[in-house]
Amino acid sequence: MIPNQELAKEIIAKRVAKELKDGQLVNLGIGLPTLVANYVKEGVNIIFQSENGMVGMGPAPEKGKEDKDITNAGGVPVTIMPYGAFFDSSMSFALIRGGHVDVTVLGALEVDQEGNLANWIIPGKMVPGMGGAMDLVVGAKKVIVAMQHTSKGQPKILKKCRLPLTAKGEVNMIVTELCVLEVTDKGLVLKEIYKDTTIDEIKSLTEADLIIPENVKIMDI
Amino acid sequence: MNKVVDIEKIKPLFKNGMTLMIGGFLACGTPEKLIDLLINLNVKDLTIIANDTSFPDKGIGRLIVNGQVKKVIVSHIGTNPETGRLMNEGKLEVELCPQGTLIERIRAGGSGLGGVLTPTGVGTIVEEGKQKIVINGREYLLELPLRADIALIKGSIVDEFGNTFYRGTTRNFNPIIALAADTVIVEAENIVKIGELRPEDAMTPGVLVDYVIKGGE
Repeated sequence: MIPNQELAKEIIAKRVAKELKDGQLVNLGIGLPTLVANYVKEGVNIIFQSENGMVGMGPAPEKGKEDKDITNAGGVPVTIMPYGAFFDSSMSFALIRGGHVDVTVLGALEVDQEGNLANWIIPGKMVPGMGGAMDLVVGAKKVIVAMQHTSKGQPKILKKCRLPLTAKGEVNMIVTELCVLEVTDKGLVLKEIYKDTTIDEIKSLTEADLIIPENVKIMDI
Repeated sequence: MNKVVDIEKIKPLFKNGMTLMIGGFLACGTPEKLIDLLINLNVKDLTIIANDTSFPDKGIGRLIVNGQVKKVIVSHIGTNPETGRLMNEGKLEVELCPQGTLIERIRAGGSGLGGVLTPTGVGTIVEEGKQKIVINGREYLLELPLRADIALIKGSIVDEFGNTFYRGTTRNFNPIIALAADTVIVEAENIVKIGELRPEDAMTPGVLVDYVIKGGE
């Protein structure tokens, strides 16, 4: 367990950032996934998409330099890089569904060993809506779930999602503060673990069956 | 050729029970002066088609808070707690639609298409009640077109004929909803004379626009 929430998020964001390759078009979800942009190595140029209508999204503006007409999908002022472009929502989702986005990074309420994802509704409790998540998960070439391993100590990586799905069988990789899992035809393969945890601890905090190869690496961040 | 009118002139267009499409993404690119007008007129039982229900104090969110809306067709309501509250009390019908599907349903409605086929939502509750069609071995949902009585648009620079340029990320749903309504009203931050907006910069062709009103900067 990593009780320090901020440290947990930093580990996740740093590890996801390592997955992004030079020149890729990437969409980061709101919340934890947004932090990934802070840890992309110098010399690796990632083009960020914001589904409200731009590619080439840049960092937050300096205080006092916000432009009300340039916001991200969370409604927060951002900047655009010199190579960026603005467009309408139809173009934005053509990029997404059409397979032009290389990687999407999203949070999850639940994810399961078949690569199913639930992250848009808790019936009767919380109904934010799916926004662009369903299109992103179906359309992006690689889907990375970036989330804390458990919620209030309860597993979020399940044998089968119980909440209504965002998409069926579309998740490729799960990154938590404890481990990196790859979704395969045979199930979830434990690829890497964080230096301060053990395989037994991960098993105890995961409901899903895990395939554990002989050479599980220590997460390099 | 000059479609610029005083806001008083468009008041009679709005009626209770109408379906409106409203541009904007979390209020960025939403015509706030037209929202003010709807609040002043206090038209009721509106059906609103838009990306989201914004925040309680901005854009479409203000219409929700003011109790003027009967139904919304949107992709997201999470930033406006009032939408969720009214929905749970049975006072507001909420149809949630994936964002990419929603914009294509509107585009279909405005482009003479009978619907669109999308893989988004297959295997989720979004597919309930919808026809599934298999093409080249992949399943798609048939999503039906959407249209409205009036579309309310926000333009950054608009010429007197209605040719519209959108700055930054204000474009979002605006140019698409301009296709899909019987009447199209543009709220312009800046109005220029015909000829002053380059034809290449007309992101919404003025032929789609019925009225232009002057908005705030």
